[in-house]
Amino acid sequence: MAELNLDIAPKIKVNDLNFYYGAFKALKSVSLDIPEKKVTAFIGPSGCGKSTLLRTFNRMFELYPDQRAEGEIIMDGENLLTSKRDVGLIRAEIGMVFQKPTPFPMSIYDNIAFGVRLFENLSRSAMEDRVESALTKSALWKEVKDKLHQSGNGLSGGQQQRLCIARAIAIKPKVLLMDEPCSALDPISTGFIEELIGELKKDYTVVIVTHNMQQAARASDFTAYMYLGDLIELGKTDDIFFRPKDKRTEDYITGRFG
Amino acid sequence: MDQTHISSQFDADLEDIRTRMLQMGGLVEQQVRAAIAIYADSNLGHQETIKATEVRINQMEIELDDRCTHLIVRRQPAAGDLRLVMAIVKTITDLERIGDEADKIARYAISMQERGQVHLPGFSDIHIAASTAVSMLKDALDAFARLDVSMAGNIVLQDKHIDNEFRSVLRQLITFMMEDPRTISTALDIIWIAKAIERIGDHAQNIAEYVIFVAKGTDVRHASKETLEQAVAS
Repeated sequence: MAELNLDIAPKIKVNDLNFYYGAFKALKSVSLDIPEKKVTAFIGPSGCGKSTLLRTFNRMFELYPDQRAEGEIIMDGENLLTSKRDVGLIRAEIGMVFQKPTPFPMSIYDNIAFGVRLFENLSRSAMEDRVESALTKSALWKEVKDKLHQSGNGLSGGQQQRLCIARAIAIKPKVLLMDEPCSALDPISTGFIEELIGELKKDYTVVIVTHNMQQAARASDFTAYMYLGDLIELGKTDDIFFRPKDKRTEDYITGRFG
Repeated sequence: MDQTHISSQFDADLEDIRTRMLQMGGLVEQQVRAAIAIYADSNLGHQETIKATEVRINQMEIELDDRCTHLIVRRQPAAGDLRLVMAIVKTITDLERIGDEADKIARYAISMQERGQVHLPGFSDIHIAASTAVSMLKDALDAFARLDVSMAGNIVLQDKHIDNEFRSVLRQLITFMMEDPRTISTALDIIWIAKAIERIGDHAQNIAEYVIFVAKGTDVRHASKETLEQAVAS
């Protein structure tokens, strides 16, 4: 059980989580706390289960047959895995940003308003405020304020990714999941997104999966190292990168992974 | 860290830096021994070697600093690798300072011989402190080479002996100076030498502390004896 023994309350508590792709067990009795309003990074080699773990938080895996999760993912006292609430509501509370930017084929404005309209019935001016606030928080407002009604596809990759972040936060989630959010971006755009992650944690609990260890070191408060479906070590990012407790973590982050 | 890096060049670069640091340590140790020999045995034959070695030590400090900077820039070492590189950067500074202290010892010893008064009759001398300092330095370098934490812990505790020895030398020499003012210039030179030896012990202690830092990730500088023992045992 990876408990952090900190004063920070966990926003999500994972207890004994097992995950299966058909007969293959991809997560093996994983237990960990995700601290509230902090950035937690999952690192590990391909196939270690970090993206799988992330996708259990908003039950994204349910889109595919043969995938199932056992155990508990507790948020605000509710086990998300067995919740009877509409899964759409859960995903509104736990937003997600993917590896490749996925703007909808519509205007910048509608990209953001689309999701909001599913959950709220806002007046025109309230919606405009919401769009502006989401774009401001995602550090995109200045660049797009004069072209809100142009297509989201016309933006650069980095801008599109920030648009996706704006879209996720416009519906006021509690948690933001990011699956390799910068892997398709150049270093400048990556820098903007990392800066943005630092801002977002003031309001949201952020969980990020990254292959880029330096990114985890730069952008996260806590880091979890996973390997072959096991959570090997969870700790403060400074400790994980400076004095990890487990030799397997040390080997991975120092590039000794063979 | 028995497993090798995915990048064999990274392994080679780290090993190269580590080896060079230990070579620099060997030179510095040799320098200290030679300087003490000038004082203890009035052996002026080491003078030229000391000058040449001093230049070589200074060069090595600059070279090693540069190699460490390049390694950090190109490899962004983490965890144990990062601690090792940081410890090497710090160790070479201590080694260079030890070289400077050896140089001081040699200069005072030479000037004493030129004045024709090297030893004070009846003074028990500073050979205990000198041999302790040399063995602390040698052990600190051995502990670094093997990342031997318990050996490093012992060195840290040993430094107190040199400090005590230095105070005892000081007390004795003050007595000499009060009793016979003609001994003042020689006694002062011996004090400077004793002080340099005491500083060599301090630097050797620093190096031993870096060994614990590399191996355990714990910074034991200025720590209590209990904290030190805990870190060594952890």
